[in-house]
Amino acid sequence: MSLSLKKPNWKAIMSGARYARRRRGDFVLRMIGLSALTVAIGVLVILVASLVQTGHHAFTQSFLTLNVNISEEYVSAEDPFKGRYRNIINEAILEQFPQVTSAAEKRNVYKIPTPSAQYLLRDYIVKNPDDIGKTISFAVPVSDPYDQLAKGLINPDTLEEFRRLKNDQVAWFNSLKADGLISSRFNTGLFTNADSRFPEMAGLAGALTGSFYALLICFVISFPVGIGAAIYLELFAPKNRITDLIEININNLAAVPSVVFGLLALAVFLNWFGMPRSAPVVGGLTLALMTLPTIIIATRSALKAVPPSIYEAALGVGASKQQAVFHHVLPVALPGILTGTIIGLAQALGETAPLLLIGMNAFLTAVPDGPLAASTALPTQIFIWADSPERGFVSRTSAAILVLLGFLITMNAVAVYLRSKFEKNI
Amino acid sequence: MVGNLLLAAIVAAAVGFWLNYRESKRLRAAGNKPLSMDTAYGLYALLMIGLPSILFVILWLLLNGYVTQSIVMASLPATAFTPGDVGSKSLVLSEIISVSRGQIFGTPEPYKLEAAEYLTRLHSSSVILAWVGVGLIAGLMLVYSRSRAKSGFRARSSVESIITSLMIICSLVAIFTTIGIVFSLVFESIRFFTKVPFWEFLLGTNWEPQIALRADQFGGSGSFGWLPVLLGTIVVTFIAAIFAIPIGIATGIYMKEFASRKARMVLKPILEILAGVPTVVYGFFAILTVAPALRSTAAAIGIGAAPNMALAAGGVMGVMLIPFISSFTDDSLNAVPRGLRDGSLALGATQSETVLKVLFPAAIPGIVGGILLAISRAVGETMIVVMAAGLIATMTINPLDSVTTITVQIVTMLIGDTEFDNPKTLSAFALGLMLFIVTLMLNVLALRIVRKYREMYD
Repeated sequence: MSLSLKKPNWKAIMSGARYARRRRGDFVLRMIGLSALTVAIGVLVILVASLVQTGHHAFTQSFLTLNVNISEEYVSAEDPFKGRYRNIINEAILEQFPQVTSAAEKRNVYKIPTPSAQYLLRDYIVKNPDDIGKTISFAVPVSDPYDQLAKGLINPDTLEEFRRLKNDQVAWFNSLKADGLISSRFNTGLFTNADSRFPEMAGLAGALTGSFYALLICFVISFPVGIGAAIYLELFAPKNRITDLIEININNLAAVPSVVFGLLALAVFLNWFGMPRSAPVVGGLTLALMTLPTIIIATRSALKAVPPSIYEAALGVGASKQQAVFHHVLPVALPGILTGTIIGLAQALGETAPLLLIGMNAFLTAVPDGPLAASTALPTQIFIWADSPERGFVSRTSAAILVLLGFLITMNAVAVYLRSKFEKNI
Repeated sequence: MVGNLLLAAIVAAAVGFWLNYRESKRLRAAGNKPLSMDTAYGLYALLMIGLPSILFVILWLLLNGYVTQSIVMASLPATAFTPGDVGSKSLVLSEIISVSRGQIFGTPEPYKLEAAEYLTRLHSSSVILAWVGVGLIAGLMLVYSRSRAKSGFRARSSVESIITSLMIICSLVAIFTTIGIVFSLVFESIRFFTKVPFWEFLLGTNWEPQIALRADQFGGSGSFGWLPVLLGTIVVTFIAAIFAIPIGIATGIYMKEFASRKARMVLKPILEILAGVPTVVYGFFAILTVAPALRSTAAAIGIGAAPNMALAAGGVMGVMLIPFISSFTDDSLNAVPRGLRDGSLALGATQSETVLKVLFPAAIPGIVGGILLAISRAVGETMIVVMAAGLIATMTINPLDSVTTITVQIVTMLIGDTEFDNPKTLSAFALGLMLFIVTLMLNVLALRIVRKYREMYD
């Protein structure tokens, strides 16, 4: 019996219909993967695009330049703080419209500059009391509907009843514009003002300060505690059940929903310890507890990546275990640890839910003067503005998000840089 | 004030360091060789003085307010509030506190003015107590640590044992956090279940927490059956999973199998950005862009959709989960031993056959673990649903209807409400307990699957 070995006809196999179908499988799978990836990246692009599209308006603000007459009838030199600045502003704006006589129309004219204009003027005069009795040119932000009009967000061609500004109001604004009294400037108020009911005056200063204090406290607590815990668990802890329990516990804590940390803070920090509500110090403490697992896990993997020869060489020349760790292992691992810490802090900066539960969503028109004062944070400010009905707050919200994303991208870029440095060192 | 106290503690510790350091140097110069380095002697004093005095300041900070306020409340006349009524008690207390800060509204009763003055006096004596305490502790420890600095003293091993115990305390913080979470949730939930029967909460199908806070107020009687809330959570999570799982897995496979090295270098950070976007941003994206787009699409086809439909919240949540699932898929495919892939390719299988019939089945446990973690995230996710989902609990599984979730209810119950004596606020803790249990089970299961899978190939 002889076994006949037939040479396979490769040519026929490689060009056959079955083989083509199998090869097509490759193509289909690749296309499915590519379209999934396109969907994911496409959503990101749409997200950023819609934020930029709505948010870029908030970075400029229309100003109205008025010739205000600081007459001594309204402001006394002894106590400029108590002047009747509203009358001064109203007179100055009315001067532009001699044709307006009826009381109802006058009231509408008064609404062209921001309602906070009187306080802006007051603050200016308190600082410059020499101007009392003079006529000065003073620029104030215009109120939100007119700002929208100036930015083209209100179309004057739509039917009057669907428009927030009626025909005469649009005409007033256009006449001011024709006189060169309207100017568009970079909106520094977005960064220097605290929150306000009026979109044209609302800014992020309070939220940025609050977030800064909260992150500072978060860092001061979670960084040393996280490193201490990681060093102990990685290098000193005996292998026993308690150590296992701590490790499992840390892994689970990393996956506990953030709102549960908010409940913890509310029940323990606010209710039992009686800490102040809405204070960045409580927010920072809560964020520290949330960031701790991230820092511990990152520190442990950075310590693992340090070659054991460094540790052993230190022990070999007579260092104690702690000297070997603190003088030799830790410095090598430090960039890796910092990378993990920055990523953890970036997460903490964007965290909203626990801060809502401890009341950091209060409406506050003053910048907090310390970590114990009531305050908002950047993400909770976004939440407040997203809830506000005024049109102007939509672009403010997008702008605030762009600011937040800017901070996050900067922090992550620093982390990536440190990581590349760390990998080079090892 | 607290800053000054801490500063005093630090200065005292620094002085201790300096004294011991000099003493060690002096001993060395005098020829009786100390057993440790000079800095070890200094560090010993630094830790021995600094730690107890800083601990004292923190303890004082935690207890100060509580103790002074309870003394003042105990001193009030019996007529000030009805005993047992927690609400009126805390109202009186907060009025006294605001009076003592100088914020007087109207004309408070004379006993409140008196109590406010008493509170101010107590507070200032408590501050004096804090200074005396810090001074006493720092001084005593300064003398003690200085007296230990003799030539036969093993300063380094003392310092090292202090540092070891500090590190042990650091690693226990995580345990204490868990204990704190469990205790606060269980404690407040028990208070809730004394007002609302446990079975009514667990099996009730009606969630209407708006209750009358005062007798003369109009409001529902309040019913707390969590099933519609749970159903809403399941609906939103399900929608998110339907979006995220196929897209995430396909993305993961593409990244691992088809993307070139260069493409990976670009694509991976982009996916990481998607994962790093704060959820409040996704929430705003849902109400700004996604919900209006979906609603006009629905209107164009001619079906009605609620403005805050589950589909918008769930879909955006799905986007949030894509990078999570894709990186888990990527990692699990990476963990499959190379031999399996090489063997399959050597037998003549095409790349897609290798991926789908050999690698993917081998990686499934890891991917399933990742999906479970993603689902646990979706269940616990708060801001997207708070902003984009509804508030009213209805028993529906229609993705175009408005549904509410556990996390939405927790946040709405507790925003702006500080009284802890009515079932409305306490119900948030019962929901929180349920949320904690559900996510914990999912996490434990997921971590176990992932670990088992890793052991299989290691």
